[in-house]
Amino acid sequence: MTLLEDHDLGTPAQPGPATVGLEIDGLAVSVPEGTSIMHAAGLVGIDVPKLCATDSLAAFGSCRLCLVEIDGRRGTPASCTTPVEAGMKVSTQTPRLEKLRRGVMELYISDHPLDCLTCAANGDCELQDMAGAVGLREVRYGYAGENHLDASKDESNPYFAFDASKCIVCSRCVRACEEIQGTFALTIAGRGFDSRVAPGNSNFLGSECVSCGACVQACPTATLEEKTVITLGVPRRSVLTTCAYCGVGCSFKAELRGDEVVRMVPYKQGGANEGHSCVKGRFAWGYATHKERVLTPMVREAITDPWRVVGWEEAISYTADRLKSIQARHGIAAIGGITSSRCTNEEVFVVQKMVRAAFGNNNVDTCARVCHSPTGFGLKQTFGTSAGTQDFRSVDESDVIVVIGANPTEAHPVFASRMKRRLRQGAKLIVIDPRRTEIVRSPHVEADYHLQLQPGTNVAVVNALAHVVVTEDLVDHRFVAERCEPEDFDTWAAFISAQEYSPEATEAVTGVPAADLRAAARLYATGGNAAIYYGLGVTEHSQGSTMVMGLANLSMATGNIGRRGVGVNPLRGQNNVQGSCDMGSFPHELPGYRHVSDDAVRHLFEETWGRPLDKEPGLRIPNMFDGAVEGTFKALYVQGEDIAQSDPNTHHVQAALAHLELCIVQDLFLNETAKFAHVFLPGTSFLEKDGTFTNAERRINRVRPVMAPRNGKQEWQVVCELATAMGYPMHYRASSEIMDEIASTTPTFAGVSFAKLDALGSVQWPCNEAAPLGTPIMHIDKFVRGKGRFVETPFIPTDERTNRRYPLILTTGRILSQYNVGAQTRRTENVAWHPEDLLEIHPYDADERGVAEGGWVTLASRSGETELRAHITDRVPQGVVYTTFHHPVTGANVVTTEYSDWATNCPEYKVTAVQVRARVHVGGSAGPPSVLPDRVDADVPALR
Amino acid sequence: MVRADLVRMANQIAANFRHHPQAQAAAEVAEHIRMFWPPLMRRELLDNVHNGGFDPLVVLAADLLAEATPA
Repeated sequence: MTLLEDHDLGTPAQPGPATVGLEIDGLAVSVPEGTSIMHAAGLVGIDVPKLCATDSLAAFGSCRLCLVEIDGRRGTPASCTTPVEAGMKVSTQTPRLEKLRRGVMELYISDHPLDCLTCAANGDCELQDMAGAVGLREVRYGYAGENHLDASKDESNPYFAFDASKCIVCSRCVRACEEIQGTFALTIAGRGFDSRVAPGNSNFLGSECVSCGACVQACPTATLEEKTVITLGVPRRSVLTTCAYCGVGCSFKAELRGDEVVRMVPYKQGGANEGHSCVKGRFAWGYATHKERVLTPMVREAITDPWRVVGWEEAISYTADRLKSIQARHGIAAIGGITSSRCTNEEVFVVQKMVRAAFGNNNVDTCARVCHSPTGFGLKQTFGTSAGTQDFRSVDESDVIVVIGANPTEAHPVFASRMKRRLRQGAKLIVIDPRRTEIVRSPHVEADYHLQLQPGTNVAVVNALAHVVVTEDLVDHRFVAERCEPEDFDTWAAFISAQEYSPEATEAVTGVPAADLRAAARLYATGGNAAIYYGLGVTEHSQGSTMVMGLANLSMATGNIGRRGVGVNPLRGQNNVQGSCDMGSFPHELPGYRHVSDDAVRHLFEETWGRPLDKEPGLRIPNMFDGAVEGTFKALYVQGEDIAQSDPNTHHVQAALAHLELCIVQDLFLNETAKFAHVFLPGTSFLEKDGTFTNAERRINRVRPVMAPRNGKQEWQVVCELATAMGYPMHYRASSEIMDEIASTTPTFAGVSFAKLDALGSVQWPCNEAAPLGTPIMHIDKFVRGKGRFVETPFIPTDERTNRRYPLILTTGRILSQYNVGAQTRRTENVAWHPEDLLEIHPYDADERGVAEGGWVTLASRSGETELRAHITDRVPQGVVYTTFHHPVTGANVVTTEYSDWATNCPEYKVTAVQVRARVHVGGSAGPPSVLPDRVDADVPALR
Repeated sequence: MVRADLVRMANQIAANFRHHPQAQAAAEVAEHIRMFWPPLMRRELLDNVHNGGFDPLVVLAADLLAEATPA
């Protein structure tokens, strides 16, 4: 494929029917009302010269290059800011316009270095293009006068450089930061000739800039340029693919020279991101070629032995022989596997197939066990299927946005930008979170209500919200009568009306003032289209599943489900959480969320796979760990996850892994889990994979190989070879054949194929005969289960309580620049922003303990203790501390406990009783070495 | 598995169905365990349920569960 270049129409498209007819350079065109002349011209192939205009930003009208003439009007208006009118006759090329444009360009070029031949953007520069387009042949003004040619460069950002000498002050970067990203980090400082782009009073790295790349993308010159382009040169070809980080699932153009990636450019037609990106997807892809990546299989008899590099054939036969031997000695159920949300649908599908058909049991689980398994349970109970109800675009029509237990600006930044844009347009915001997350108050965004609840009281809060809705008769009775089970609603309404669930009664437990809670409930129920977005702050609790059902109840009671702008939406942590769950990764479900005890479904797979399948649920991840410690579970295949770092109660996990007779790790790096492995099978990065990811809005996107697998094989091929070596032949000629098998066995995927994805770009499941183009919004006319089901949600406090020994509550989360256990992002320049995990602690709690800013503290729970440095901030309330889990050296999960969700065993990461002690150093020791000792002093600089 | 974990997990399920009439709640507890717990765990529950520590609802549910659990 050659380089994919977007046709920039200059100003954004306007919604609505094309009702306004006009003529441009003699060509007739009809466009929606409000369309600019520039955009209309672009639609008929006339590209009016421009510099300050780009169709991702609102028209600005500053460069004076896009002038046009309109019959019957005086002057030469800017085509970007002039809307079309019926019957208009526009000329874009006249001698007068040509002269004016040449004059404007001459002035621009007179203050621009004429170093095109050595410039990094040579051939990819709009200023260069426009000079050609207007026919500029000479510049009459010399460089003797005042100019900006000696303006300094800012190379502080690890990924891009800012060369002020090349800036034409078009403000595209400033506007991109405001309109697209919503950070407002850039401004135009100075006036007139002194005007310049400035990241506040700092350099880029030290500023509020979140390094999303929107400014770089918007820059028409080489002023803001990727350092990889400066180093490697402009790219020559593109491959369309999907980001491998969070559950937003952004589409990117991987731009290359030969097989070398030069840059990742967000794809404007990407359904999830529509041309936007974050620091991870845009820039943090260098881990794929990191020197620590392991590319050859390795085996060892015992975990105390050194690794022995072997060929693929030996690795596969060695692994299969040991697995078969274990099953022969300990039974069929003594082995199992864990799938990964970082792998493609096709890779996950073959792993669960291997476990069920080749291993002969249902001992397959997935990392969603420790994140969104309560979503699967809760939404299936109430709506009938385990998935978010909306597409991301839906938030553009929300009037009230509720963010519960989610931190989208950190964990789902591209969606957060879209959400913030809607908030700036006037939508109301309710945030329910113990921490004052960035979305609570950020430039031009402020929550109408921040219900700062005590950790562990989610269900009490959602019940109180529902109590207000029911007792103040804010129920959408028509929706409930038409769409929901009437008896269930009556039972639930009586349950939730009990005085114990009133805001006044729950205030003592939740810490949320009753008046605020009542006001928030009224706003949600009566404020127009109300949408709920939630994250792991909902699911990772002892009542995670109950809370999900509580949210579903709330949406049904108020009729906020089944149309655009509303809904209940889990924000998935990893890129393919939705997909890995869809693919039958849970031990009780076959692909498509169908229970293994369902005879008809099981028989379908038995017929397709040619093997009898177990009708009983298999082991969940915690069961596997327990079984390993007890000696009943002997071998574990781990696909692309680092369970030794990510799963709770590290000591128990490590004990389990150490007990295994065989641990097989398929990954990019020798991660923490690999320390306990006997077989290491090198995996592929997203730049090598060939398959699909399914994002949080059920959007199935193609992941296309940008380069050949560096390890020599696709991961699905390795799995197939392992299954075959175990006596169950599994063969596919291409990953598309795996998707064909998924489609033939899974009704929600019945219409999905690689050919369709290539043609349409992406589809959202269900995609079948009834919805051949997919389903952006679910439950429109009826719920998947038929009628919506209200479920009573009693509040049962967690058993994890504070006491004199452990008086604080620890809650954990993520940070923008790092991803999950950090295996990928720690191997990129993103460490510039987050070199270590920090413990956020309230000033009062810090003062009581003698904890200093940046000082080392011991964090202890009944499970274990670890050490890290403190950051004192009132972002957390008194009594609550917070940290991230991106660095193995911190080992935040050493302190988390075995407590879990009652229905799914999703760990209770969000509530751990802890104590914090200032570390006392003996003999002048300064504590463990700091990576960047001065970074912590600023109040969380840059990328939180 | 560790008996304390078995007791805690079973009792947690019972607590989340306790708001229903006893017979219904017991059936719901049994059904939940049947749907999500592997046979080995169910067998351990049945073997231990009368040794104390379990919520009475779990004990009732165990009777219903016995029929659906392989020996």
